[in-house]
Amino acid sequence: MGIRKIHPMAAVAMFALAATPALSDENANLVVNGEINMTVRAAAPAHMENVSEVQSGWLFRANETQQFQMDDFDNPGMIWVDKAAASWSKAEGSEDKSCASCHDDPESMAGVKAVYPKWNEAAGEVRTLELQINDCRENRMGAEPWKYTGGDMINMTALIASVSRGMPVNVAIDGPVQSTWEQGKELYYARTGQLELSCANCHEDNYGNMIRADHLSQGQINGFPVYRLKNAKLNSVHSRFKGCVRDTRAETYSPASAEFIALELYVASRGNGLSVEGPSVRN
Amino acid sequence: MASGVKPRVKVPKTAAAGDVVTIKTLISHKMESGQRKNKDGSPIPRSIINRFTCDFNGENVIDVTLEPSISTNPYFQFEAKVPASGDFTFTWYDDDGEVYKTSKSIAVA
Repeated sequence: MGIRKIHPMAAVAMFALAATPALSDENANLVVNGEINMTVRAAAPAHMENVSEVQSGWLFRANETQQFQMDDFDNPGMIWVDKAAASWSKAEGSEDKSCASCHDDPESMAGVKAVYPKWNEAAGEVRTLELQINDCRENRMGAEPWKYTGGDMINMTALIASVSRGMPVNVAIDGPVQSTWEQGKELYYARTGQLELSCANCHEDNYGNMIRADHLSQGQINGFPVYRLKNAKLNSVHSRFKGCVRDTRAETYSPASAEFIALELYVASRGNGLSVEGPSVRN
Repeated sequence: MASGVKPRVKVPKTAAAGDVVTIKTLISHKMESGQRKNKDGSPIPRSIINRFTCDFNGENVIDVTLEPSISTNPYFQFEAKVPASGDFTFTWYDDDGEVYKTSKSIAVA
């Protein structure tokens, strides 16, 4: 008597509760290097019907992970930005040109990342930053194109993103890109795989909740390319999409496919108003 | 020879005499442990940074021996007491005999 038996299930529940990772301070603000003020929460763009405030994935990460991104010295992604800065002025291809031959300093790219993917009038297609870089390499430099999700390509997108940090994402969704955007929206809400999950099931219906040990974010891509603690390297948007679709146990689309380009345009537009953060740090 | 090696350090530009300052260092290096095998099954030779030192005006602050299985891009953060203005010099020693040096000045007001 007097000894209260703890039901085994109750003990398990208590353990599970204690094992929940420390969640971050939801009122935190992101300032990088003490000078770049990031907008990590903003009023949702008008086209979003079910969400009132858009939030950067940074808000959903643990304090330690958040701090990695607050100083360029601590941000491991900046190592690859430095590598891209070295290749920026490296002449290649039959024309013996480098990025610097046309674009001067990488700083001249400020604002570029914020508006991609965007319509290319001459080509009559929606271009991601990667497609545009490869167009430059093939047609202006006469060089071999880079692999879409390869190291050289990610490094260069990280460099170009880094000079736009703090600027608001402002992707156009009307005019010539509208049909692509509509296709992307349809993909976002389409359930895929054996688990029959759409992007929206996790990132719209359940952001802020835990999916096992992970704190679900809104799936914003304003921080790409992203340094992930999980694989200790920079990851591109299409690689991330592939991982997500695979997790629904579906056959995935390929990086650079029309489907992923459309999805990138749509998901990017859901982050209109948030700051460009790439290279960001996530888990 | 290891490629793409780049040392970087962060030291405050100024301090008051006797202040303890935080120093951060990182060197990009693949730190190949020597334990791994390539596709043919032959071992990949060891290639690591085996020693790191920091001196202040000729006086040693820290001297570290690094062993295999320390991960890529080794990062060190440590504190140093700064009695007067001067230079921190940082040195990394590579297995292949290469020595990477960099230095940073700090002014004591």
